[in-house]
This record gives sequence, structure tokens and C-alpha cells, in this order.
Amino acid sequence: MIIEFTLNNEKVKMDVEPTMRVLDLLRNDLGMSSVKEGCGEGECGACVILVDGRAMNSCMLPAGAIVNRSIVTLEGFKHTEQFKVIEAGLLKAGSVQCGFCTPGFVMAIESLLNQNPDPTDEEIKEGLSGNLCRCTGYNMIIKGVRLAIEKGAGLW
Amino acid sequence: MVKAYRPNTLTEALEILSTEKCTIMAGGTDLMVQRARGSAVLPGFDRPLMFVGHLKELQKIYQDEEGIHIGAAAILTDMMEHELIPGIFKEMIGQMASPPTRNMATIAGNICNASPAGDTLPYLYAVNAQIVLQSTDQKRIIATRDFIISPKKTCIKPDEILVKIIIPAKEYSNNYYRKLGQRKGMSLTKVSLLGMADVVDGNILDLHIALGSVAASIVHSPKIEKSMISKKAGEIKEMAEEIVKQYADLIRPIDDARSTAIYRKKASLRLIKDFMENISQE
Ligand SMILES: Cc1cc2nc3c(=O)[nH]c(=O)nc-3n(C[C@H](O)[C@H](O)[C@H](O)COP(=O)(O)OP(=O)(O)OC[C@H]3O[C@@H](n4cnc5c(N)ncnc54)[C@H](O)[C@@H]3O)c2cc1C
Ligand code: FES
Ligand code: FES
Repeated sequence: MIIEFTLNNEKVKMDVEPTMRVLDLLRNDLGMSSVKEGCGEGECGACVILVDGRAMNSCMLPAGAIVNRSIVTLEGFKHTEQFKVIEAGLLKAGSVQCGFCTPGFVMAIESLLNQNPDPTDEEIKEGLSGNLCRCTGYNMIIKGVRLAIEKGAGLW
Repeated sequence: MVKAYRPNTLTEALEILSTEKCTIMAGGTDLMVQRARGSAVLPGFDRPLMFVGHLKELQKIYQDEEGIHIGAAAILTDMMEHELIPGIFKEMIGQMASPPTRNMATIAGNICNASPAGDTLPYLYAVNAQIVLQSTDQKRIIATRDFIISPKKTCIKPDEILVKIIIPAKEYSNNYYRKLGQRKGMSLTKVSLLGMADVVDGNILDLHIALGSVAASIVHSPKIEKSMISKKAGEIKEMAEEIVKQYADLIRPIDDARSTAIYRKKASLRLIKDFMENISQE
């Protein structure tokens, strides 16, 4: 199946197996190594990417479903102002240790703030409930998001 | 390569289905996991696939004199954000899966998966939601309880697509929803209870109870409900024992590793009692 979509603002056209997981497409065919495979079944959030600005689990997303959609991974998001404040907030709060979960968290945080620029702690927790971290606690991540929101006022 | 269709319109989709059996793919959150074969290996599909999640005609949510129409491919997030969706239904959807999964999962996928743990189902049974099926030459409208036959089995035909669900435009004065699961939000439900009632001046004008994950299908009994309607809210408390006994006969958990049947039964009966006590205080 020939599909066209944009990846980090660049047009891509390729012949793919329609049932291939977008996770495998991005990692193995397009070199997007920030997209991680944890559980492979929607539970951990390591594979989260943005599709038209919304977080989705790429481990459950078939390639045939991304036709004409805009995909953003950390490789592209890295160059934005939003990324800089999210990264700074997470680092300052000590919520990055091994870093395996971080790309997924960053994409989920961006998706949350796109929808709700001024979340309560409870809303942050709920917004990130699909992302698991083995190393740090939720409190540190919430603190990181809080710092990002303060620093990045007006960005979302 | 597995054959796949990505029709541009619903008409085109129905024409393809009229000549060829396909597996319909919406959000993929059930199918891609059920058919997964591991990292970098293609999931296993034995029929051609048909993608329908992108069809605008299937995404709309709107209201007319029949009620609120929810497009089959509406994702859970859109339903949570939509002003027409009743508050208690939004609350139930908000407790399903996680935000990234809710951005993919569709309502029709939840219905067609036909699991007694499907979390939109207690609401759809309670309000007698109508399922609209379309093929090239006919449209069928079926109540949810008749659409779902048994776990994993519905009465949809190979040439049909579920196009929308119609629910009444109605909010109840009392709403009660409890979902007891291993991990809130993520796990498939272990026991859930939806209770809705209209209580005006201490009189019960309408009442619905639906239980998820406690039998092979959703437990919902219009007959038991009827015995409580038009009673005084205060009388309900005295009826509780008898009502709970009637529900106990309907609760037959399919036991699995997630919890024992005894736990499910006890917990669900406790929830029914709790809902009735809440109402009796009106
Ligand atoms: C991590 C995780 C957590 C979850 N948590 C919950 C939860 O808390 N509660 C819950 O109830 N479920 C949960 N689920 C299950 C799942 O997300 C839902 O059932 C979801 O609504 C399925 O929708 P979908 O669009 O992804 O379905 P798909 O996987 O695309 O399809 C499911 C089935 O429906 C059929 N289908 C879909 N659309 C149509 C149509 N228009 N016409 C005809 N047939 C159709 C498909 O052919 C398939 O058989 C969870 C899943 C995961 C992976
Ligand atoms: S790898 Fe996708 S959610 Fe875990
Ligand atoms: S920092 Fe190690 S899993 Fe999150």
C-alpha cells in the first residue's frame, strides 16, 4: 500500500505493509530511534508519538491509518520552544534517570498542554496516566511539568 | 502483502464489502493487540483489511428528534469533549484506558469487540441505545442487547458496517458509576455498576441499573427496574434486600485469572445496595 504522510514536517511517500505497526515503521525504516518499544500493547507509553497534535500509542497504530496525517516524534519536536521548556522542567525536577520513558512522556506532556494549557496536578496525573516510569516517581514528573508551564507561559 | 482498502467514502466502503469479506479496522486498539505477533513482525490477518477510522461520515456527533447520533468512528476523546454527550457517559469514558489510547479507540470498536468488560456497554444497555448497521441495499436498526450475542460475537453481517449509535438526549437527576478494577483506567473492568434515576419530590420516576464484567453479557433487567419505578425513594431501602437477591440470580461471572467469581459477585451486590441507599436519601 502506498501511503503519504508528513513526518516532522517533511513529506514522506512510501510503499508499506498496511498492518505494520507505526512503531516499527518509524524505528526500523525511518530511523526514529526516540520511539521506544516497552510493552507493545498500549500499557506503558514508551512508544507515544503525536498524530495531528494528539498523543497516540504507535505500537497499536497500523501504517495504513496514518495516510495524510502529520506525525511528530522527538526528533522533530526537539527543535521547538515547547520542547526546550519541557526538557528543562523535567531535568530540573530530577524526573529523568535512565531516560527510556522520557520521549514518550515528552510527547504526552505536549499533547496534554495542547488540549489544556493550565492543568491542575490531578489533570497532569490523569493526562500522563498512560506513561509508566520505572525509575522516578509521578510527583517528580508533575513537578517537572509545573516548572515547564511556568517557564513556558503563553506557548500553549 | 496483506490486501487493504482505504475507501474515500462510506458508499465506496459498502460497495467493496458487498463483494468481498474484509476485517474492518477502526482505532486498532483491540485488533492490533489481539493479532500482534511481536516486535517487528506483522500482525496476523487472514482477510483483507478495510480502514474506516478516517471516514468523516462516521465521525459526526449530532442531535435531531430521534436523539443523539454518535458516529461509529468517533474516538473516545471526542466524545468526552462533546457538549451533546450526557455527563455520566463522559465520566465512564474518562475512566477507560489512557489519554493516548482514548485518542485512537472508537465507540464502534468497543461495541463490536462485544466483551462483557466493554466499558461503554453498561450505558448503551441502560438507555436502550440503537445500533445502526448499513449495507449497500439496506439499513438495520437494532437495540444494543440484541446486537451483542455473546462474548466476541455480534449479529453484524459481512457486508455491513456499523455506522452510528443513537442514544436518547437525556440526563438523569441521580447518576452513579463505580468501576472496581486492578488498576484504575488501564485494566479491563473487573466489576462495574452504572445506576441512573430520576427522583422528583421523593418519587422515583425512572431508574436503570447495568452491571459490567459480571456475566457473559451486560446485566440489565428492565423487569427488576420496573419494580422500583413509581416507588417512593424512602421505600427503596426496605426493598434493597429483595432487589439484591433478584440481581444475584443474574450475576454469573465467567471466572478468570483476574479475580475470583466470588469477589465479583460480592462486590457487585455491594454496589447495587450502595446505589439504592444513595437514592433512598433523595
Ligand atoms: C491499554 C489498553 C487499555 C484499554 N482499556 C480499556 C478500558 O478501560 N475499557 C474498555 O472497555 N476497553 C479498553 N480497551 C479496549 C479498546 O481500547 C476498546 O475496546 C476500544 O474502544 C476499541 O476500539 P478500536 O477503534 O480501537 O477498535 P478496533 O481494534 O479497530 O476494532 C475492534 C473490533 O470492532 C470492529 N469494528 C470497529 N469499527 C467497526 C465498524 N464501524 N463497523 C463494524 N465493525 C467495526 C473491528 O472489526 C474489530 O472486530 C483497552 C485497550 C488497551 C490496548
Ligand atoms: S510500547 Fe506502546 S504502550 Fe508500551
Ligand atoms: S527514567 Fe527510567 S523509566 Fe523513566
